[in-house]
Amino acid sequence: MAKILADKRIETKHGRSRPVAKRHMPWGTWALTLNAIFVYTFLYVPIIVLVLFSFNAAKVGAQWQGFTLQWYNELFADARLGDALWTSLKIAGLSTLIATTIGTLAALALEKRGWRGRKAFDTGLYLPVIIPDVVMAVSLLGFFTLAFRQFQALLGLNLAMGLWTVIISHVAFNISFVTVVVGTSLANFDRRLEEAAADLGATPWQTFWKIKFPLIGPGVLGGALLSFTLSLDDFVVTFFTRGPGVNTLTTEVYGRIKKSISPEINAISSLMLLGSTILVLTSLWMQRRRQA
Amino acid sequence: MNTPTWAVELDHVTKEFRGSTAVRDVSLKIADGEFFSLLGPSGCGKTTLLRMIAGFENPSSGDIYIEGELMGETPANRRDVNTVFQSYALFPHMSVAENVAFGLHMKKINKADVATRVKQALDMVQLHAFGDRRPKQLSGGQQQRVALARALINEPEVLLLDEPLAALDLKLRKEMQLELKSIQQRLGITFIFVTHDQEEALTMSDRIAVMELGKVLQVGQPTEIYERPKTRFVADFIGECNFIDGTVLAVENGAVTLETDGGVRVVGTGMFPVAAGDHAVLAVRPEKVRLVEGQQPQGTNVFAAIVERVAYIGSDTRIIVRLPDGSPFDVWEANTVSTLDPNQYYTAGDPVYVTWATQNSLILER
Repeated sequence: MAKILADKRIETKHGRSRPVAKRHMPWGTWALTLNAIFVYTFLYVPIIVLVLFSFNAAKVGAQWQGFTLQWYNELFADARLGDALWTSLKIAGLSTLIATTIGTLAALALEKRGWRGRKAFDTGLYLPVIIPDVVMAVSLLGFFTLAFRQFQALLGLNLAMGLWTVIISHVAFNISFVTVVVGTSLANFDRRLEEAAADLGATPWQTFWKIKFPLIGPGVLGGALLSFTLSLDDFVVTFFTRGPGVNTLTTEVYGRIKKSISPEINAISSLMLLGSTILVLTSLWMQRRRQA
Repeated sequence: MNTPTWAVELDHVTKEFRGSTAVRDVSLKIADGEFFSLLGPSGCGKTTLLRMIAGFENPSSGDIYIEGELMGETPANRRDVNTVFQSYALFPHMSVAENVAFGLHMKKINKADVATRVKQALDMVQLHAFGDRRPKQLSGGQQQRVALARALINEPEVLLLDEPLAALDLKLRKEMQLELKSIQQRLGITFIFVTHDQEEALTMSDRIAVMELGKVLQVGQPTEIYERPKTRFVADFIGECNFIDGTVLAVENGAVTLETDGGVRVVGTGMFPVAAGDHAVLAVRPEKVRLVEGQQPQGTNVFAAIVERVAYIGSDTRIIVRLPDGSPFDVWEANTVSTLDPNQYYTAGDPVYVTWATQNSLILER
């Protein structure tokens, strides 16, 4: 590498008189490029290895023994995994629906100026975005335990952890993400359009549904997709807040790797990776799609 | 009711925003079918006034009547006025035709009628071929026409226009000025037009209200505003004007004599009751001043001066001369003769006499 760099320098030194050597790359740019390569290697090599090994014919070990789709076939025949996937989708679907509704309303409230505590509310909403998952998970667990005790004491109700506690927890962290994404979309919304609609006789309700919602729609959909992805990918919060018998894809994978990393695990992970990537890209694409 | 109703009546309207006053105690009566302009520099409160008529803001105090009806806090969607916004505010997710039809849809007018009227409205602004396009696919001038059609299709009693031509280039702006005026005359709708462009206001308006710092300084026809400005600000803001500060020496038959600090005497028509000893200012427009070469002319308001700068702008030549006390003075001469002879034009350093008739200059409060 050093040799190549040295050659480049010489080339640029004489480059001025020679029209051939047009490119001139300063050292800073080189350093940054190297850094970028390093970062991407660090990020993606493990993923690439994982995906490659999901097609590896070897049952154990890190040796390449030929291409196979066997693990994927086994995967699709695995009833437990099918159940886990269905549970994941139920949680993600319901929590996304609820979080998108609440999050969008929160973003709309935050956009309105002149009410007390707006700033605090705004800052507070970002908290779940930055705090570690495990803190969120433990606090939710604590909350449920406390709440159950109160319900027991005051109403005589016996509540227990289950699927619904996972859904509530996912709603809790997804609201923040939806609010942030919808908020960005609202920031780009030209408020004069609302005035124009009112001027033309539209009631506030009509203005919202005919003008504002269609224009922030891509943002809302983007927020929903992000929320769905985060919910599908979540392990920590799910692990702490689930009731007995609730198994999602991530908890199922975790349960299996406690024994060993099998090629089947690689295959599930690869598929989850593919699914998440598609969701995230779609979400980004929705957000970026301005009114053409 | 026997009392005449006005299209819009403002009664002691004041608007305050968090400690600053945008509009101060404005009272105006705008007649039906009038083309009325609110003219002033940015920040003078003209847009706030328009927004209060539209219903986007409520006055802090005072009343607004539209067609004799007290508006109070009636929201924008229940006022019989429509607005053409400065930024056009077209709905980007709708086609041009859908934009234009929006107001009629809100009124639940049946589809066939909407289609006919949208077609008429687009014909009126010469955009019949563009109904299916999105606003972004149109030029600024075309978007402006869509905004106009979208407002006018509702046949409002009053159309409010917030600097609608500001974003257009000069040529297009001139065209649109004429077109707006002709549409207004044809439809007989009251137009309230906000602008900071004095030439635009003079060209189009029946009457103009000149505003500064939230106050209306003067209301009048374009000729009144230009020829009989009541304050120095109005005289200065509308067109160009030379000012000479001084102290009143004498008042005779409406002619007021001022003496400057440098001891020069000037005479102008009195617009205000002034008495000897008052501070006042003489205002004279550059096109009403004559330059004379050679022999000193007779009469009042004659000064020897030196030509300092000459700007030939085609229709006129604009000459800046220096008066004996060192102050600059603008003189415009219409180029009524076509010639390339350099001797027919002034050059810097020429000694000249500056003169104007008493009735062409005004004495204003300082």
